[in-house]
Amino acid sequence: MSPETMSVFSPQLSERFDALVKKYPVKRSALVPMLLYAQDEVGYLSDAVIAEVAERLCVTELDVRNVASYYSMLRFKPVGKYNVQVCTNISCMLRGAYDLFEKFQDELGVGHKGITKDGLFSLEEVECIGACCWAPAIQVNYAFHDDLSPEQVPGILDQYRNKASAGGKSA
Amino acid sequence: MPRLVSHPDEVKIVSRRFGQGAAEIDKYIELGGYEAAKKCLAQGPDWIINEMKASNLRGRGGAGFPTGMKWSFVPKQSAKPKYVLVNGDESEPGTCKDHLIFLHDPHAVIEGMIIAGLAIGSRVGFIYLRGEYRYLLEIVEKAVADAYAKGFLGTNIFGSDTEFQIITQTGAGAYEVGEESALMESLEGKRGVPRIKPPFPAVVGLYGGPTVINNAETIATVPHVIAMGSEAYAAVGTPRNGGTRLFCLSGHIERPGVYELPMGYNLKKMIYEVGGGVRGGRKLKAVVPGGSSTPVLLPEEIENLGMDFDQVGKAGSMLGSGGVVVIDDQTCIVEFALRTISFYQHESCGWCIPCREGTDWLKKSLTRFHAGFGTAKDIDNIQYLADNMMGRTFCPLGDAAAMPTLGFVKKFRKEFEAHLDGKPCPFAKHVELAVV
Repeated sequence: MSPETMSVFSPQLSERFDALVKKYPVKRSALVPMLLYAQDEVGYLSDAVIAEVAERLCVTELDVRNVASYYSMLRFKPVGKYNVQVCTNISCMLRGAYDLFEKFQDELGVGHKGITKDGLFSLEEVECIGACCWAPAIQVNYAFHDDLSPEQVPGILDQYRNKASAGGKSA
Repeated sequence: MPRLVSHPDEVKIVSRRFGQGAAEIDKYIELGGYEAAKKCLAQGPDWIINEMKASNLRGRGGAGFPTGMKWSFVPKQSAKPKYVLVNGDESEPGTCKDHLIFLHDPHAVIEGMIIAGLAIGSRVGFIYLRGEYRYLLEIVEKAVADAYAKGFLGTNIFGSDTEFQIITQTGAGAYEVGEESALMESLEGKRGVPRIKPPFPAVVGLYGGPTVINNAETIATVPHVIAMGSEAYAAVGTPRNGGTRLFCLSGHIERPGVYELPMGYNLKKMIYEVGGGVRGGRKLKAVVPGGSSTPVLLPEEIENLGMDFDQVGKAGSMLGSGGVVVIDDQTCIVEFALRTISFYQHESCGWCIPCREGTDWLKKSLTRFHAGFGTAKDIDNIQYLADNMMGRTFCPLGDAAAMPTLGFVKKFRKEFEAHLDGKPCPFAKHVELAVV
């Protein structure tokens, strides 16, 4: 491994990758999970992340980019510390997801794919997240919040602001 | 946290252990878990496949293919390793049943996989979960580790000389990966683009080996079929539609939730009695019976409709993934159609031209239409576009986008006409500006 790429991941993540690569009958099967776990740690798929993942799996960087661009959760640009993903697909839409999304827009002062100035939040309108019976639902990073109404929005955001000021790690 | 619901009409088989802490292996065993797998280990593959065939269990992912039949297609002798694959990519809008299975009963999935492995002679299984289900992946990974610790998985399962390993995998956001061959591509570390069939996965699947791929609900049902006996299981449902199904009631319904009801349960009763009727006492306008890709049904069409694969098929729609989306009379169908097609446009991988172009143009047409700039010709054009997508793609995503669109236009033509020539939408609040 070249010295420039060695520092991209924490030792814990490095260890996790070593295990991942051995987990599958074919090494390349580790690609998508590796990208996702790397993104969880680094925040997005930076050039350095892509280079290291490619090297670890013995595939080209182009190959990695090609695969990564297919998956909607993988991103090539940073997002906020807390990425608020509002589902507006049919089941959520029927129960007021667009009102919810508007409330988030108003509260955060950013639109779809926007990041707040302090970098704490980003907002995204997403497709079905599999919480249709508890609609409308959102995910903040990986945490689900369901059965929401616009009135609950400020409370949810405060919860994450408090978490950030307490120095907590992202959920 | 997803709320659990219940209703006296429910027949709890798959959901029997929900809410009882069965994600813990000791609790699962206490509730009778892993007995079915042990029984199968003693009985052997032919017996298992016969039981599965006799149970009339059909695939819960949407297509409704008989599970026993699917397993029997796997060749007995194979130069390449055989695989069991669980599809937990659950991403059909309106569907959230597998969410509860992974949350409350992950060991049922593991046990079902062991049984499938014994039936087809496979030594390795994969559980593929959609990327958004990270907290569920952690639950499943713990369950798998616990099963290894007990010796239920590994090189000598239950102290026998049979081997079965389970590997978990996360997706990263893609509806199309729910299609079986696309899922295999994704699991091989590639773009989730579908493969041409034949060859079918039972012959050439994951890593080129014979593969059985089942929906998570199907696999979680398998131990129950073995435990209660195929005859008893089949008797719960209707002819050729064995057992129960997890129905996800969502949308404008008083008591939304996942209910386990016998196959063939009347849809009207499901909405009005089990689900408590349309929210706020409003009138029912339409129902999407099996996830967003299934053609919409009108209130008069559900009167005597039993919810099984054959009856819903006869009614011109599909039982699909069990996602029942209820729509009230204050909803704009054009807006609903637009939101539906926007999803498929977003998820189309672009591999097959009819789907890539079709979904895009349908979205453009419906956006323009909804904004009040449609013309009478557009309605026929929407139908023409959708017709030209049907059956012309590698995977069913093209059909999944075309079918509901055709249904909306056919059944709500009047409402489309009400949007013609600059008239404002009679319902909608959110009208996007036309971009074409």
